[in-house]
Parts: sequence; C-alpha cells; structure tokens
Amino acid sequence: MGGISRYIAQRFMLTIPMLLILLTLVFLILRVMPGDPVSAMLGGRNVSPELMDEYRHKMGVDRPIPVQYIEYLSGILHGNFGKSFRTNKPVVTELFTRFPATLELAFFGLFFAAIFGFGTGILSATRADQPIDHVVRIFHIGSFAIPLFWLGLMLQVIFAVRLGWLPVASRLGGRIAFTFQSVTGFYLLDSLLGGNTKVIADVAKHLVLPSITLGFAQAGLLGRMSRASMLEVLDQDYVTTARAKGLKERVVIMSHALRNALIPIVTVFGLQFAILMGGAVLTETVFSWPGVASFLVRSIEARDWPAIQGSVVFIAVFISAINLIVDITYSFIDPRVRY
Amino acid sequence: MTRMLIKGLDWIVGRFTRGRHVLRKQTILKIGLITVFLFLLITILAQYSWFTPYDPVYYRDAPRLEGPSITHLMGADQLHRDVFSRVISGGKASLIVAFGAVALSMSVGSILGWISGFTGGFLDRSLSLIMDAIYSFPSMILAITLVAMFGAGIGPMIWAVGFVYIPTYFRVTRAEVLQVREATYVEAIRAVGAGNVRIILRHVAPNTVNAIMAVSSFNLADAILTVAALSFLGFGLPPPAPDWGFDIQNGQKFLQSGSWWLITFPGLMIIALSLGFGLIGEGISDLVNPKRKRKRV
Repeated sequence: MGGISRYIAQRFMLTIPMLLILLTLVFLILRVMPGDPVSAMLGGRNVSPELMDEYRHKMGVDRPIPVQYIEYLSGILHGNFGKSFRTNKPVVTELFTRFPATLELAFFGLFFAAIFGFGTGILSATRADQPIDHVVRIFHIGSFAIPLFWLGLMLQVIFAVRLGWLPVASRLGGRIAFTFQSVTGFYLLDSLLGGNTKVIADVAKHLVLPSITLGFAQAGLLGRMSRASMLEVLDQDYVTTARAKGLKERVVIMSHALRNALIPIVTVFGLQFAILMGGAVLTETVFSWPGVASFLVRSIEARDWPAIQGSVVFIAVFISAINLIVDITYSFIDPRVRY
Repeated sequence: MTRMLIKGLDWIVGRFTRGRHVLRKQTILKIGLITVFLFLLITILAQYSWFTPYDPVYYRDAPRLEGPSITHLMGADQLHRDVFSRVISGGKASLIVAFGAVALSMSVGSILGWISGFTGGFLDRSLSLIMDAIYSFPSMILAITLVAMFGAGIGPMIWAVGFVYIPTYFRVTRAEVLQVREATYVEAIRAVGAGNVRIILRHVAPNTVNAIMAVSSFNLADAILTVAALSFLGFGLPPPAPDWGFDIQNGQKFLQSGSWWLITFPGLMIIALSLGFGLIGEGISDLVNPKRKRKRV
C-alpha cells in the first residue's frame, strides 16, 4: 500500500476510538449526571409520579445504565435517534433536512473569514509597525471580544432596519419562499440551477449578514495567525532572493511568501470548524436560520430529549469527520506528517 | 485618577513580585487590569441602590422605549426602566460565573493534568483521549447542553462553563509535568528523597503558574462571552434581574422598530469587559515570553 493510502487508513482507524469516546461522553452527560431526562422534560409542570414513571418506561430510561448504553450505540449505528416529541418525526429526518442550511452558512462564514482574515493579515504584515498595522492589530484582538449574537443584531439594525439594503432574517424572501423548490437543500446551488436571477439575488442577499456574523471571530483569528506566519516567511532568504531578482513586490508576496505562510494555518481549520459550529448556534438563532444548531436550541427550550441527544450526537460525528478530512488534506499539503 | 490607579496597581503587584516593577512598559497589561478593576468596582457598587441613578428593576417612570436623553443616558426599555441603571448593574452574573467557572476548571484540570503526567501509562493515555474528545467538541454547544441538563441560574452556569475549560488546563499542566519529570534537577532531588507531592508543589506548580495565568485570562474573556450567550438564549438569571445577555434578548423584540439603544449598550459592556480580560492575557503572555512581544505576534 502506498504512503498516502496507508496514512488515510491509519487516520481513519484513529477516528473510531475518538468518536466512541465522544459518544460515550454525550451519553454520560445526558444520562448519568444528576437529573434524568424525564424530570428535565416534565419538571416544573404539575405531573403525577405515575405519569413520570410511564414516561421513563416509554423512553427506556428505567432500564439499567449498561443496557441503555448498548441500545444507544446500536441506535446510532442504525441511524435511529428516536422520534422528536415536538414534531413527532424521526430525529434523523429533522437533522438531515436542516443540515444543508448549516453547511451552507458555515461554508460562506469560513469563506468570509478567509478573505477578510488573510487580507488584513497580509496587509498588516507587509506594513509592519506602520499606522495601518496598529489599526488592524487592534481590530484582530478586539474581534475576539465581540459577542456573535450582538454583532448579528447590530448588523440587522444597521443594514436591514436603518438602511434597508439587506433582509433581516431567514433564508428567502416571503414571496419567493412560496414558489421556491429546493432539491439539494443548499439554496444558493438550487437557485443557480434554477437560473432565475431574481431568486439567486434574493438567496445571496439573505446569506450576507449571517455569513459575516459567523465568520467575524474567525476572521480575527485567521488574520492574526496569517500576520505572524507572513512576518516569519518575509524574513526568509528566498524572499530576499526573489526581491533581489527584481520581481515585483506583488509577485513576491503573493506567490513566494503567501503560499508558504498558509501552510501552518491550514492545521487550525479543523479546530476552527468546531468553534464555527458553536457560533452557528447563536448565528442561526439570531437570523432564524433553519439549521441544525437552531434546532438544538429549540429542542432544549422544548425539553425535547430525543432531539437534543440526536443533535449533539450528529454534531459530534460531523466534527470527527471534518477533523479527519482536514488531517488528510494537510498530509497532501505537507507530506512530512505522513511519515 | 488613572495615574493613581496605575501607581496603586504597581504597588500591589510589587508586593507579590518582591518589589520588581514588572508592570513597567506593559501598557497592554495595565489597560487590561484597569478595565477589569473598574468593572468589578462598578458592578459591586451598583448592587447598592444609592449608586445607580434609578432602580434597575423597580423604577417604572421613564417614557416607554425612549431613546437616550439627558435624564436617561442610555434610553428606556418597554417596561419604563432606565437602561443605564440596568447596564451598570448587569455584570454581576457574568463576573461571578466567569470567576467561578475558571476557578473550577483550573483546579480540576490542573490536578488531573498533574496526576496524568506523573502516573503515565494507561491512565494517562485514556485521560488524554477523553480530554481531547471534550476539547474537539464545540464548547458553546457543550455549555448549552450542560446548562439544559443542570437547569438555568448562576450555579449551573458555573458547572457548565467550568466543565468546558477543563481540557485546557489539563493540557498545559500535563505538558509541563512531562517536561519537568525528566529534568536532571528533579532526578537529583528525587535521589535526595523528595516524594511526588513535594516535587509537584515545589517544582512543577511554580513552573506552570505563568502559563496558567495567561490561559485563565483568555478563558475569563471567553467565559464572559459564553455567559452572555447563555443568558441571551434564556439560560441565565430569571427575568427581572438586570443582565447584559438577557437585556439584549429583550431588546431584540424591539429591533424592527429601531430601538437600537436596548441592545447596543449592554453589548458594549460585554465587549469592554471581555477585552479587558483578553488584554490581561496578552500582557501576561508578553511578560513571560518577551520574544513574543518583540516579534509582535
């Protein structure tokens, strides 16, 4: 077997124990810690103990913990997360209909973060210690301190309510939502396939504010890292050589320095994605974005236990998959990690 | 006023560092410390009714949803309450939970890290895997799920937010233990007969203090944001109590009508406090690693 396929196989085998630990952790948090799902679900409402017991039996939480654990794992293996109390549909169906919305938002959030982060990072690295560098660095540090949900609301106030340039929330305008047919669940892709410019514009407009909100904190982090990495690279001999050859500064920075500066940044993308999913909870809530994360919040509010557990498991599996993909991609960029 | 604060700060820090003026030329650290100090002062004072211009909860005479004016600096909300009074007293839950959570995760995480690093073997490997698993999971989602499990309020929030940060301290202390364990001087004192506890307390702990201080400042900054988010989603203090996150959620309802002051001011407070902690973290990192400052990373 070649180096790369062996690495992929190894990395894949490593994901399994990691995922198992994550799933066990979810189980422990939701089942073993003080307070059982039934009292969390019905607590505060005036319910007789008999009814509570009936619910416990119905949900299977009256069985011994090891039995529950095995049932839980086999349920996940079979893709069976139970039925949502709130919507009375299988949790898996609920999650998969919402997943494209989250993925679309995450993609454009990351896209915005990359453009804005790399842009400001390069700008301040190439003008180190000039006034613009100080402004950018203050912005980078400050961006960590801004609550996502607050940023989202402020953007809504300014660009939607005051200026009226962009829609306040949701994925589609009212009239278009009425006739819109979604095939893939990714609305931008659907609208592009449909070819109606009005619909494409509407979908794109709805994406702008949520993507900026979600990508903002990441932009600061990426900007900081790309600045540091760029400064390091700009000190290297090959950059001096490139300049001495008489290349234009733009060429030196874009093709000689930037490509090498980006290598260490790719590694953090996996972790970034975890943070991004956390941010999605707030972004989706603020913008009434019908994704997985807002489904989780809604389920928690409704104390819809199977839905909470299903969403958390779903996110855990998703994060593990992303980490696996990032590691494999990284091994292509930097072959040293394979050996 | 600021000059006096800086002098006082210098003096206090000097007591702990045997008179060395560590704060000299550490502008970032000073700004951070002063910001946090002012927030603590204002939040504590604002719990007494004579400090706030109006009662944050019971005052009901401001014009409904009126914008900022001279009598009501930050406007009024839909229940005729003064936003300024609510904003200056709304940091209580955030500060208590942030400090509580960081203290909790610091003690649990460090102790686990020490044990894990010292014992090694199977225990070390399984603990590391568990911590990596927690670390890889989105902290915000973990915190929300835990709060949903424990119930809303200050106590549950401390447990939930604290749990999320445990892996950070575990990693820092474990890495330090692994390094110190192999050092020659540790071998030497072990030969003289020093036990594990003595090695941990006298040699490992002092070596980790710097890293832990920087990490905990960043965690405090993050905790302020997490608590605000939890309150915003409705898992914080019960309603009439003033709280930044909750007040922003309340202001969201009146956003379409253009009442920007309801969300703007609590948000600015969250940013300032979180930034204060963040700057302390930056400052400490610069202090313990002067190369970092010169390179301006």
